[in-house]
Amino acid sequence: MKNIKIVALAIAVSLMAFNCNNDDDNKLPTGPDFSGTYTQADQMGRPAVNTVFVSSGSKDMFNTTIPSAQNAAFQSMFQTNLTALSPAYANPGDENALGLDAAAFTGVLATDVLNVSLDGTTTFFDGTNVLTGRNLSDDVITVELLLIFGGEDFTENPTLSDDHVDANDKPFLTSFPYLAAPWM
Amino acid sequence: MKNLKKVLGIGIIAIAGFLVVVAADHIDAPAVQGGTSDITDFYAFQGENTNNLVFVANVQGLLSPSATSNTSFSENVLIEFNIDNNGDFVEDLVIQAIPRDGKMYFFGPVAPSQTGLNSTIATNAAVGGVVDITTGPNAIVSTNAGMNFFAGPRDDPFFFDFAQYSQIIGGMATSFNNPGSDTFAGTNVMSVVVEVPKSLIGGSGTINTWVESKTK
Repeated sequence: MKNIKIVALAIAVSLMAFNCNNDDDNKLPTGPDFSGTYTQADQMGRPAVNTVFVSSGSKDMFNTTIPSAQNAAFQSMFQTNLTALSPAYANPGDENALGLDAAAFTGVLATDVLNVSLDGTTTFFDGTNVLTGRNLSDDVITVELLLIFGGEDFTENPTLSDDHVDANDKPFLTSFPYLAAPWM
Repeated sequence: MKNLKKVLGIGIIAIAGFLVVVAADHIDAPAVQGGTSDITDFYAFQGENTNNLVFVANVQGLLSPSATSNTSFSENVLIEFNIDNNGDFVEDLVIQAIPRDGKMYFFGPVAPSQTGLNSTIATNAAVGGVVDITTGPNAIVSTNAGMNFFAGPRDDPFFFDFAQYSQIIGGMATSFNNPGSDTFAGTNVMSVVVEVPKSLIGGSGTINTWVESKTK
């Protein structure tokens, strides 16, 4: 009912506005209004970073911290949460397949930007290239699970390092806009 | 097996520390989740024309087919692609996308008037474009000065057995299933896609890039 009242009110107001408009139709048409200041609400670079590594009480703060300030503010929290989540970093000297220990790995992740090459292959990880972009088809979750749980050679914790969903439910397009049509 | 038990034990403790309802960036934080400024995903990849780079920002995730037809971009939400091309993690260029009356307006790539948490719309940008916002399955695209533009609903390109992940984190399962089940199958997002010549964003080398939603 509330919604209906609001809609009715909106219609009444817009009718009035239309009537008023008739009185001064010698005014020049104006373009859209783009004025004002827009303040940050959400931020994202790499997939799933806020979800996995930021503690529940800090997620809004992470979204409203500029990338150049994120490492100082969040690296320590990331490391604590990574080592609590994954046994692959339990022992001194433990590293992931990129040769990064818990401190170094979270040092990279805490600054939540996506590195993108302008010189060729762009992929999150394709077996050869690492973090040169993110394609629609990249299995980013399995890559991240491998780096979190898979240890030095991707063989540790095999039941946790692959979700076995390897592709999208619809094929992507080879041409712009690349994403598949919506389910309607 | 030891590791497995360890994870299981830790998982039960970890339920307090980790939010259990999120994925790539879908519904990632209380202030934005489920709203028009909630970013679900961000992609940046070389285009079909390899002289171009493509940026994709998706917002408002987990839309059912029926919900999709009632979903629109908010005119109070600015989507801003940020590009750092000198390695200091501060944006040197932005591409801004903001809807007005059924059209999505794009400004940039352009140096922002200010960096950081607050933005004004760069209406004086030398490059940009505008496209009618798509409402159905057929994509309406536009082209201007070598750039391509799209805004509207698309299939969510993200895939993940998020349900099973939640079970594991919650201590109710000890492993993923094989095959897994894509929690995002059959759902849509609101997409903004812009393809730009690499020459407009640095030409060569590596950039750092991220997307922000900003509200008025």
